Amino acid sequence: MSWLGAKAVVIGASAGAVEALSAILPLLPANYELPVMIVVHVPANKGSVLADLFATKCAIKVCEAQDKEPIAAGTVYFAPADYHLLVEGDGVLSLSNEEPVHYSRPSIDVLFESAADAYGPHLIAVVLTGASQDGAKGLAAVAEAGGEAIVQDPRQALARAMPEAALAERPDARILSLEDIADYLRGAGKS
Amino acid sequence: MSERVEDIEIRLLLEALYQKYHYDFRAYAFASIKRRLRQARERLGFATISAMQAELLHDPAMLPQLLGYLTVQVSEMFRDPSYFRAIRDKVAPHLRTYPSLKVWIAGCSSGEELYSLVILFREEGLESRTLFYATDINQDALAKAAAGIYGLDRIQLFTENHRKAGGKSSLSDYYRAAYGGAALDKSLRQRVVFSDHSLVTDAAFAEMQLISCRNVLIYFDRDLQDRALGLFKDSLPRKGFLGLGSKESLRFSRHADSFTEFVRDEKIYQKRDT
Repeated sequence: MSWLGAKAVVIGASAGAVEALSAILPLLPANYELPVMIVVHVPANKGSVLADLFATKCAIKVCEAQDKEPIAAGTVYFAPADYHLLVEGDGVLSLSNEEPVHYSRPSIDVLFESAADAYGPHLIAVVLTGASQDGAKGLAAVAEAGGEAIVQDPRQALARAMPEAALAERPDARILSLEDIADYLRGAGKS
Repeated sequence: MSERVEDIEIRLLLEALYQKYHYDFRAYAFASIKRRLRQARERLGFATISAMQAELLHDPAMLPQLLGYLTVQVSEMFRDPSYFRAIRDKVAPHLRTYPSLKVWIAGCSSGEELYSLVILFREEGLESRTLFYATDINQDALAKAAAGIYGLDRIQLFTENHRKAGGKSSLSDYYRAAYGGAALDKSLRQRVVFSDHSLVTDAAFAEMQLISCRNVLIYFDRDLQDRALGLFKDSLPRKGFLGLGSKESLRFSRHADSFTEFVRDEKIYQKRDT
């Protein structure tokens, strides 16, 4: 059932992100075949601790994205606090200081829209728990480009506003539990 | 298919912008340019980017509007206070050994980074021997920088940042409420030269002891980053300092070997001896 044509995964999460990601990222193997780019809403003045936190929990390599870093398979990239994270067509990551979107920098929409442009149908996008509207437009862009749109089941989300907004924008998105999302991503990134 | 057409339209518009007005965004990081041109197209009410290009070519009044979208102007005084603290604690002691100094704020936008450095240099007793060059490609931004008026709503953040940056005075010493905002004291501009300069098309113009260029290079693609970093390298004497944004680095640049990491966490580099 997994999308075998995938070349990358993007994930967006807000309130409840750490718990939700803890049910997914530690299940990805060290030899995972895809890169995973993640935006989590974090306060601008807090340094980004997410990469450090998950690096200790995960087999897959976890780091904070650097500007113009070439995207590598088997690596999880977190957007740094106070910067948007974008995917360039030539396979590198860009950071940007553009104005916040939905009061958020980094913004899920910005990552998803740029990744949809870069990967077209070869992208899996996942919207997780959050109390925001961010991610809905981005998920729609991914689906319109032929990519796979996945939303965490809002009934199981710590904050349901964000998955619900994503589903309102894209009712045909796949609705999965965290466990099934982890399974799906594992299947998609196997050689 | 539609994305491809849009990509073509964007490249054509950037080419038109360059040929007609000599603003060169062709080697800017594409994903962000695309976002901002989409935004400009929507807000300015054009059906397509091609239609916007036609207007741009035939009506010069479009230029400043479009430049406003294409150049990102989001900054704050003493943004990332730890950077300014490192300039104060680690770089200033070296600068003190020079009888005269030149400092280049490249891509100064509306001036927040510039004034942060001028205030810091004043506090450290270095201002009177320093000439600051504040450059940008956007005339509107330069005019704002030269005016030095910021929203009163931002002053609290600036004040907090200044304090965290080890400020030795009160920020309120440097501004007064005027024009519905906080107007910075004009004495802060005594040692500043504002100038139109492009990191894309212009050359090095003086020897600098310190270049501060924060969150400008992230908008360039790698080749253009290398060009700009080459300019900086050519503008610095041996042991000259280069400060970048907190998420920028020389790691992926071909000029990496020309610099040492002087304050690693703050992305402050020093040009090598050889």
